Amino acid sequence: MNLKPTLESLQPVLSPAAPTPLRQRFDSLNLLIVILSPGVAILLALLFIAVPLLLTGKDPLLVYSQMYQAAWGDSYGQSETLVKAIPLTLVGLGVAVAFRARLWNIGAEGQFYAGVLGATALALAFPDWPSLLIIPAMLVASLVCGALWALGPALLRSWLNVNEIITSLMLNYVALNLTNFFIYGPWKDPKGFGFPKTPPFSEASALPVIIEGTRIHFGLIFALLAMFLVWLVLSKTGWGFELKVLGESSSTARYAGMPVARNIIVAFVVSGALAGLAGMSEVAGIAHRLEPNLSPGYGYTAIIVAWLARLNPWGIGLVAILFGGLLSSGFTMQRLGISAGLVTLLQGAILFFVLAGEALSRRLLYNRALRRKALQPEER
Amino acid sequence: MDLVNLLAITIAAGTPVLFATLGELLTERSGVLNLGLEGMMLVGALSAFAGTTATGNLWLGVLCGMLGGALLALIHAFFTLTIGVNQVVSGLALVLLGQGLASYLGRGFIGQVVPDSFKTVAVPGLADLPVLGPVLFRHDWLVYLSFGLVPVLAFYIYRTRPGLNLRSVGDSPATADALGIAVTGTRYAYVCAGGALCGLGGAYMSLAYIPSWNENVTAGRGWIAVGLVIFAMWNPWRALLGAYLFGFVDGLNFQLQVSQGNLSLGFIQFNQINTFFLKMLPYLVVIAALVFSQWRLKHNRNREASGPPAALGQLYLRRDKN
Repeated sequence: MNLKPTLESLQPVLSPAAPTPLRQRFDSLNLLIVILSPGVAILLALLFIAVPLLLTGKDPLLVYSQMYQAAWGDSYGQSETLVKAIPLTLVGLGVAVAFRARLWNIGAEGQFYAGVLGATALALAFPDWPSLLIIPAMLVASLVCGALWALGPALLRSWLNVNEIITSLMLNYVALNLTNFFIYGPWKDPKGFGFPKTPPFSEASALPVIIEGTRIHFGLIFALLAMFLVWLVLSKTGWGFELKVLGESSSTARYAGMPVARNIIVAFVVSGALAGLAGMSEVAGIAHRLEPNLSPGYGYTAIIVAWLARLNPWGIGLVAILFGGLLSSGFTMQRLGISAGLVTLLQGAILFFVLAGEALSRRLLYNRALRRKALQPEER
Repeated sequence: MDLVNLLAITIAAGTPVLFATLGELLTERSGVLNLGLEGMMLVGALSAFAGTTATGNLWLGVLCGMLGGALLALIHAFFTLTIGVNQVVSGLALVLLGQGLASYLGRGFIGQVVPDSFKTVAVPGLADLPVLGPVLFRHDWLVYLSFGLVPVLAFYIYRTRPGLNLRSVGDSPATADALGIAVTGTRYAYVCAGGALCGLGGAYMSLAYIPSWNENVTAGRGWIAVGLVIFAMWNPWRALLGAYLFGFVDGLNFQLQVSQGNLSLGFIQFNQINTFFLKMLPYLVVIAALVFSQWRLKHNRNREASGPPAALGQLYLRRDKN
């Protein structure tokens, strides 16, 4: 990687007021595009996925309406959608912190499981602790374990510039096997008839349900709080700005005297901690015991959620609800005999069309700005 | 269970990863990062399986696998090169797309066995050599194909005119453009070629390695190949080394699982190793290999010679077009 500074890369720091053609004309069309493009992307993705559906003799309209019914049709579906949105929001926020600095943390799935393991260890070890003690302890354990799981890729990236995409992703497989080791080995429920699952947690270690008659639990408050905190840190603090500079150009960050290595590590660790928290909220709020396949790929779906929301914390919450619906309808699809692969397929297609919309609109805005500039060369 | 047998399994287990690594190596040499290997391998495995089932011919199945991988790669090429999408995120989307397609369309095949699969063909004469024979010369045709592919690709990349063009497109697209090389066209070609090789790796999985259809047959091998390209420093010979390193660990793993954690290799004894820890091993080895190669890069004086293609991951647009 070339770290030599060029005049262009230093320019935003040397003269922050330098006119960037993109910024000048960004506002007029921007809002329209931000609102329209995800909708258009989802529509195009649905059209695209109709092809394999038709190939296998399914009626796309029927499948889509069943999916919609499953996720939004009744109050049960709606509450389940929200339940799935909780971990998606938390993991999505975590991923967004890393992505803001252009650190590709693809290891959220592993960090999620690390958090699950930390919380589970405490819940199993101290079944007689009261809620006020065990829940905060599990919370801290999950944050620490998620952070530690992310620490390895972060240190390797900042020390030797080892590609964090590969290291963080490889650790997903390691975490999954570690979880299975505990479920099938030391933590296996002796009264579980040989099924691979841990004994149920104590009543006290369960996150309280906050809406009667649903599974919506206290994790929702964590998610809302995390949204606010991430927004505050990313857009209102100097550190948030430093991450953004690091993401735009690491050489700029270096020559502006920002602690690049430290920022890489902290961003990664915060990212992992949030994913770990999602793991705790899922195991203590929903499952109340550790079972295989606790996560239907939250770590991967959250990447799409974060990207679709353009890394905006409030947007992540909204998009997480949308994808929560997609995930919860996936379970219904399986019951109707349609492979869960359909949901993965749909996620991939949505991501492609969102990316394309983003790239095309950026080019549109850029060209428009250039044209205007060409018309008025004296404008400064 | 002896060392010779383990080394023979090493070659077989390394082959699908070798194909995928070589494919990604070509793609990245042209300056395009395609992280979608896992998806392309899965689609390749499925297309090869479906192709063989439909036609009854193994080689037509292999062709289908390569075509499937190339078509998926074409999607990546279109989105990154024509539309200008971020290459990292597009690769991730490709993984999801490929996994989803293979899982959705492959549902009907689950548990089925291919009508025909690649069988061991002993090379006359060479197969009877004391140690080398069973290790290197008692494999199927696809393994021999991979033996041939490595020197051919190394020669192509470093010693031929099109190979020089490929490297120039990846290192300095503006220079290549000024020389009259079609930068975007070249990149399209190599992204698709890389996808085809990945599909070939997938085809090896479903037609030779495990000749029946299971969901997620590749189990992360695509991602391992992405890591091995970095370990290989974009050099086909080192890709061979990396792939067989993975193959060794994977083969060891396989043998230990068969013998329930007990294994004697003559000089080392393995007893009662937990299978879940064994399964982690290949991934940890890839991380270790990456750390090792980056550490060497850091302490190596002629860094330019072994670093990544200079324009890797960057979109090239002609200045005057904007």
